[in-house]
Amino acid sequence: MTVAKEESGREDADDNGDLPGADDGYVPSRRRLDRERYKRDRARRATGIAALSTLATGIVLYLVVVNAPGWPRTKETFFSAEYAREAFPKVLEGLWLNVRLLLVCGVAVLVLGMLIAVARTLRGPVFFPLRALAAAYTDFFRGLPLIINLMIVVLGVPALRLQGVTVDPVLLGGTALTLTYSAYVAEVFRAGIESVHPSQRAAARSLGLTNRQALRHVVLPQAVRRQVPPLLNDLVSLQKDTGLVSIGGAIDAVRAADIIAGRSLNYTPYIVAGLVFVALTIPMTRFTDWVTARMDRQRAQGGTI
Amino acid sequence: MSDAPVLRMESVRKTFGGSVVLRDVGLEVAPHTVTALIGASGSGKSTLLRCANLLEDIDDGAIWLDGEEITDPRADQDAVRRRIGVVFQSYNLFPHMTVLENITLAPRRVHGMGRAEAEQRAHELLDRLGLSGKAGAYPDRLSGGQQQRVAIVRALAVKPRLLLLDEITAALDPELVGEVLNVVRDLKADGMTMVLATHEMGFARDVADQVCFLDGGVVLERGTAEEIFGDPQRERTRRFLRRIVEAGRL
Repeated sequence: MTVAKEESGREDADDNGDLPGADDGYVPSRRRLDRERYKRDRARRATGIAALSTLATGIVLYLVVVNAPGWPRTKETFFSAEYAREAFPKVLEGLWLNVRLLLVCGVAVLVLGMLIAVARTLRGPVFFPLRALAAAYTDFFRGLPLIINLMIVVLGVPALRLQGVTVDPVLLGGTALTLTYSAYVAEVFRAGIESVHPSQRAAARSLGLTNRQALRHVVLPQAVRRQVPPLLNDLVSLQKDTGLVSIGGAIDAVRAADIIAGRSLNYTPYIVAGLVFVALTIPMTRFTDWVTARMDRQRAQGGTI
Repeated sequence: MSDAPVLRMESVRKTFGGSVVLRDVGLEVAPHTVTALIGASGSGKSTLLRCANLLEDIDDGAIWLDGEEITDPRADQDAVRRRIGVVFQSYNLFPHMTVLENITLAPRRVHGMGRAEAEQRAHELLDRLGLSGKAGAYPDRLSGGQQQRVAIVRALAVKPRLLLLDEITAALDPELVGEVLNVVRDLKADGMTMVLATHEMGFARDVADQVCFLDGGVVLERGTAEEIFGDPQRERTRRFLRRIVEAGRL
């Protein structure tokens, strides 16, 4: 009995150091120490199992790939260090175009998406054409495959030979992206607007706010806040779809890889471009988490003033 | 002139889909008086209040505020709502705004009051209702009783002519009911005209000048608190009150 006590006491020595309740003379009971030791053991075991199964899965995957009949050739055409070195700086240079497209299109999409969403929630017969137009817009551009939209805009508009209308594939590609993504983002905003409980609008109206004021001060702020995660999700999606402007001939990351691959018949540049896009999205995802967490924290802090 | 009713309803009918909630409701609320609407759940108390604030369109009949027919389709609904304050059962505070922002929103945006003036008024009202120090808090950090008192301040901040209270203590824990009801008593002492739907019969008896028993879509019986609670004339009123007594609520 005494031996067991000493043993557990020694094992938990470092654990007890940070007990906050020490100043009231609290000594952890035998029961608590036993429970904590059990939980620690279980956690250790779980970590071990996870590591082991990850390792086993990795080995199996590696063996399957390496032993595939076409592996040596695949390795050469997709994972050539030499071509990767050649492609990397060019792809990175092209990526700058993708980043600029993302920034400009992102802002345009948010503004246009919000306008469409608000147009769809307007009431009253005066707004019928606006409402119908907005609905038709979202229906059409959500259904139209992005690649076809891009082809129509990037290849079709220059073919019209209109005076004063740009034929720059970057501008046209950006326009096509904005058209499609505005439709998606409009639906995200609309879902947010509709998720705000009607009692909030009723409360605003009962204070004498007009429909528009209620929307602006009460409904929209709550809707946007709720929709931040799905919005950022769409922006991540937009970011990689900026690679599609390459079909019009703009030299972005994908097109840069394309040029090298076409010349050398080696596909490593595509892998490089792909990884660069992934590397770009990861900070974006972390940024999403950070924004969400900060919003929560601000609220919590504001609450204690 | 001063005895002209603040709120008058005549033959108001309101249906939702096929169900008739208000069949033929008449009501008169004199200035500086408190009218309590009592009745079973679903008897139309809340609907009546929502109609009075034009949050619901009525099917038939008419409603007047200070002699002006507000159910006239040509009436400016926003202007009508500006003169009526409403406190809801579920508080309905704006969760993304602090207490102060909740209160100053309407004075600033609707009544064009300056920020400093609106905030000063808000602080005065908060002090009066025992909420000083909560101005910067977000609603979800407050207890139910505090939230409901903030909702009352928000409604009072625009100096309404009439205050509608829709079962404002129904969502509160029993020990928090008192703090909210005391606020209503103070408002009555200040001469605020109020119509309240309530299940707190003791409170209704205590504070109401006029009690209306709603049943089957009509005001089945109306009178002073002593008349309704002491000597109800209608069998259904008696039965309703007996059930309340049996439930220990009176």
